[in-house]
Amino acid sequence: MSDRVSDGQQIHSANPGVQPLPTSKLTGDATEQDLESIRKRTSVYVYEAPVRLWHWTNALAIFILCITGWFIGNPFPSMQIGEATHQFIFGYTRFAHFAAGWVLTVGFIGRIYWAFFGNHHSKQLFYIPIFNKHWWAELLFEIRWYLFMESEPKKYVGHNPLAQLAMFMFMTVGLTFMIITGLALYAEGLGADSTLHAMFGWVLTLGGNSQIIHSVHHLGMWFIVIFMIIHIYVAIREDIMSRQSIVSTMISGHRTFKDDRAD
Amino acid sequence: MSQIETFYDVMRRQGITRRSFMKYCSLTAAALGLSPAMVPKIAHAMETKPRTPVIWVHGLECTCCSESFIRSAHPLAKDVVLSMISLDYDDTLMAAAGTAAEAAFEETIEKYKGNYILAVEGNPPLNEDGMFCITGGKPFVEKLRHAAKDAKAIISWGACASYGCVQAAKPNPTQATPVHKVIKDKPIIKVPGCPPIAEVMTGVITYMLTFDRMPELDRQGRPAMFYSQRIHDKCYRRPHFDAGQFVEAWDDENARKGYCLYKMGCKGPTTYNACSTVRWNEGVSFPIQSGHGCIGCSEDGFWDQGSFYDRVTDLTQFGVEANADKVGLAAAGVVGAGVAAHAAVSALKAAQKKTQSSKEEV
Repeated sequence: MSDRVSDGQQIHSANPGVQPLPTSKLTGDATEQDLESIRKRTSVYVYEAPVRLWHWTNALAIFILCITGWFIGNPFPSMQIGEATHQFIFGYTRFAHFAAGWVLTVGFIGRIYWAFFGNHHSKQLFYIPIFNKHWWAELLFEIRWYLFMESEPKKYVGHNPLAQLAMFMFMTVGLTFMIITGLALYAEGLGADSTLHAMFGWVLTLGGNSQIIHSVHHLGMWFIVIFMIIHIYVAIREDIMSRQSIVSTMISGHRTFKDDRAD
Repeated sequence: MSQIETFYDVMRRQGITRRSFMKYCSLTAAALGLSPAMVPKIAHAMETKPRTPVIWVHGLECTCCSESFIRSAHPLAKDVVLSMISLDYDDTLMAAAGTAAEAAFEETIEKYKGNYILAVEGNPPLNEDGMFCITGGKPFVEKLRHAAKDAKAIISWGACASYGCVQAAKPNPTQATPVHKVIKDKPIIKVPGCPPIAEVMTGVITYMLTFDRMPELDRQGRPAMFYSQRIHDKCYRRPHFDAGQFVEAWDDENARKGYCLYKMGCKGPTTYNACSTVRWNEGVSFPIQSGHGCIGCSEDGFWDQGSFYDRVTDLTQFGVEANADKVGLAAAGVVGAGVAAHAAVSALKAAQKKTQSSKEEV
């Protein structure tokens, strides 16, 4: 067995006399280039299970929050199903909003916890390396890539600098803003003697009148909607045009690369 | 201090019987949410303690606070409290005028130094050295500072004194300023509303006169017993809100059925006041009961929240009439169009690159 390896003809000896690469053909139309790419392809485990779980629960919560939030500000036409005692449509809408809001809040706290105990990439969401000159240079490169001024993007295991900046602004800052204003408005419903009011009631009077908090919370929703549009577009675009996997990475956790060239 | 009458003395002098006095004490206890055991304590305090003098001054205002106050549904409280106040100084209600009134003002300050309560209706405009409001030949702000200097505590009556109200609405040309931003070294109790509810006013003043201390205040300095809940929390139309049954137009069937006014811009969900429990005019009604949404008159800056009739209010910062939804929808539209254009260019670029590379190969 050992002498077979040492003579360099085969990398393993499970089936002596069988060549491993040609037999790994999964479909009939695999070309020589495909086989070559299988040999070169590498993958890195980037997003651990808690990060992926957070991503998708967070996405679902945001989706529910946006829909119900829109209807809380602009209620659907009045419905006559029964007497008010037997009808709770607006109540359920608000319940869904508050429940999704709590899921998002608890999830976000869990995500912060994971930034401390997860891998290196799990921390990327929560900071911008403003003192790193290299980061700034790559940020400008990434902007040029999006302005069609670069023919080929760079490869990144985690977020590219532009994505990191966007994630920080929209998620870390945006979600924190929505959670704090949201909990303040929720505390308003719970009453002035509630614990949550003691914690977040100060937010309500920042603009003088809590109606202002309603308005900025509403604007915050649009901020998140804009993020969703950009995020989904860019994820799909990069999945197609970049040199690495994007969409499947948030499902499997593995980042795969389409070439083995250095940047 | 012995020459100062007690509350009871004043009441008896006003022709109020002992029986009516006891009724007043129990009604006051009920109004303030105190237990029946407190009734004899109130009676005892009023019989033995020298009454607390009150000076009531008027700045930039419309006198709606005074109008509300003298219409207190609690007639005894009104008579008693009002009589006690008019004994000292209130330039709108007192009999004296001109020099005599100003002399009474100075005399009260001198006589009860550090002992009187200063009730402020309206606010001082600070622009042009306060020349936009002159009382007794001097800018009101000077009178306010003078009276506040020796006051024990200050009551800010109404939205004007508490937050500024309409004269402080944007752009506030006279720089009308609420009392707590001018007087910073005295305890201030805010009783906002435009006007505040009469029973709330008499309730607050009775509490302070009787117990010789401030009632419990909330974060904004309002008496918690009247301002700790929203109109929305105790609104009798709340079941229609939870059911999703709203008035859609002022003259529709839903308006006749008395559905929730949320879609008509009711500010009940963001307004802290006692209207939906105490109500107005001897408990007859309050705005929502009369079919009109709450305009949030007891809230800070309620004039600057756009229309009274919009649920999602206008954002004046954007210059044109726009609310959060219009701004957000426009921004999302621009981003969406941008994304579509970017995707198109990306596809073209990719196709171009593909063509070039295939040519190079050939």
